[in-house]
Amino acid sequence: MADVPQDAPEHCPGTESDSAGKSSACQGCPNQTLCSTAPKGPDPVILEIQQKLASVKHKIMVVSGKGGVGKSTFTAHLAHGLASSDTVQVGVLDVDICGPSIPTIMGLEGEQVHQSSSGWSPIYVTDNLAVMSVGFLLKGPEDAVIWRGPRKNGLIKQFLRDVDWGELDFLLIDTPPGTSDEHLSVVQYLNGAGIDGAIVLTTPQEVSLLDVRKEINFCQRVELPVIGVVENMSMFVCPKCKKDSIIFPATTGGGEKMAADFNIPFLGRLPLDPRIGKCCDEGKSFLEEVPDSPATDAFKSIIEKIRDYCSKRPVNKDTETGEAAAQS
Amino acid sequence: MFILTSLVFNDGVKKSSYSTCVNNIVSNILQSSTLVPTPVGMERLKSVQHVIVVLSGKGGVGKSTVAVQLALALRAKGKKVGLLDVDLCGPSIPKMFNLEGQSIHQCSEGWLPVYVDPEQKLGVMSIAFLLENEEEAVIWRGPKKTAMIRQFLSDVHWQDTEYLIIDTPPGTSDEHISVMENLRAFNPDGAILVTTPQAVAVGDVRRELTFCRKTGIPVIGIIENMSGYMCPHCSECTNIFSSGGGEALAKEAGVQFLGCVPVTKELAAGVSAGQSATQLPSVPAIEKVADRLIALDKDLP
Repeated sequence: MADVPQDAPEHCPGTESDSAGKSSACQGCPNQTLCSTAPKGPDPVILEIQQKLASVKHKIMVVSGKGGVGKSTFTAHLAHGLASSDTVQVGVLDVDICGPSIPTIMGLEGEQVHQSSSGWSPIYVTDNLAVMSVGFLLKGPEDAVIWRGPRKNGLIKQFLRDVDWGELDFLLIDTPPGTSDEHLSVVQYLNGAGIDGAIVLTTPQEVSLLDVRKEINFCQRVELPVIGVVENMSMFVCPKCKKDSIIFPATTGGGEKMAADFNIPFLGRLPLDPRIGKCCDEGKSFLEEVPDSPATDAFKSIIEKIRDYCSKRPVNKDTETGEAAAQS
Repeated sequence: MFILTSLVFNDGVKKSSYSTCVNNIVSNILQSSTLVPTPVGMERLKSVQHVIVVLSGKGGVGKSTVAVQLALALRAKGKKVGLLDVDLCGPSIPKMFNLEGQSIHQCSEGWLPVYVDPEQKLGVMSIAFLLENEEEAVIWRGPKKTAMIRQFLSDVHWQDTEYLIIDTPPGTSDEHISVMENLRAFNPDGAILVTTPQAVAVGDVRRELTFCRKTGIPVIGIIENMSGYMCPHCSECTNIFSSGGGEALAKEAGVQFLGCVPVTKELAAGVSAGQSATQLPSVPAIEKVADRLIALDKDLP
């Protein structure tokens, strides 16, 4: 049975079974009361979220075990890139509760969320690019969210269930570093709605790859498909002499070798251009501000690959529900 | 002396499996807490004279690098230093000292940290020492992380360490709240905040300052990392991640600005090449911080 914990006593009937907490094997188990009183079956919220997000065609998570490798920068630019075609509706959901960067990077600092009869209204950058972040719920820039896991999960649940995205082609989910509450919650709540896959960000150094391998390990364990690996800050292009130099050397083969080791696609390298950081600070889209940089081309080619991947995925709601049912 | 990992963590680290079941997690904590020798006791921390926490709201700004450099600078000044890595999902400290694959031993006084040097002047404790496989992810929700941190604080035998430096993950959540709660009784010296100059990082560090104020931990100061990069071809110094943000924030918040650490290729390359941090050149700005910490101590009655 799938719901028998690994360290359960012998003959455990499983936490979801009708006799959970009531069979003779449950005597003396520390969870007996919990099992016998907890509601059975999957969380009803998963179904609610599935219905709410039925209007969203593709859901993509951007993850990395390491912090500061450019998850939010990449998410923002992926969103800008996808939304560059007027007919494509894009949404960005920032589930980094303790350090939301998306509002700054997308130039939406100080915005507030409004509530309507159909849910929370996201903030719009352009007509076809909507954003939701905990940053819009805070009083000021110095306001800290000092929350333990369960409260963060509660907010993520609300973000997924209560935000009125409308019809979306892509929903990009930007995550904090690590493999903990936020990640588990997103994967768990979207179990019904289905996630297309995760994009794994890394920088070339071994210290970063070390954490990113853990993240891929996480994806494998929760059965989240990996769309591919993006290596950020691969080389530095001097704005004065246009020559390359490598700040963070890939002594162990970098992102490409790691992707090969795990047998997952490698989507490309992004160079370190000081203007990217500057655009992020000012909340502008680098792709529009500096269209001639090598970094812009790299971004565009990666975005193209992601679009390709998604177009090959089934978007039909029935198929997705079928898949989810087959999984559970 | 024997290896403890398989004993205490037989339900925790080694088999930590992804499970959506809340009961499973609760039972793990219940079971592991029955194995903790002293459930309330933080007595072992009493022998530590100073506790310094390295914080940053943002990831990848160099918290671990600063923590390592600070530990080395203090050791160079003849102090006995301990380094505790409470980043459970992404521990980097062991990698920086080339200590991967080491495991923790237990003696009658508690868990022994892994020492970097034969003189036992610099001890390190991290979750990486408890994992069987480097690639294994620690997929834990908050309560389990809290229990692990408590165990790190209560069970490690620091042996009269003068300075205990605690390296944290980014954010203001479970790990940070747990560390602060457990340390309050020990009067920590304070927190060092690390930032990079960009607005995004400074924004997160501003939130971290609020965290320090709310939890009542004094702020020793702010260090700005990755300030500039010198092009090896034309020697043009570029501010890769803008500039001046850390200093401006320190001024605005009324806390000490401890200095800038430029991006040096030697440091990044050295860390990445698997060279132990002990062989790397020291950073002048961080040495100054170490001096300041020692001076602070002398001022105390």
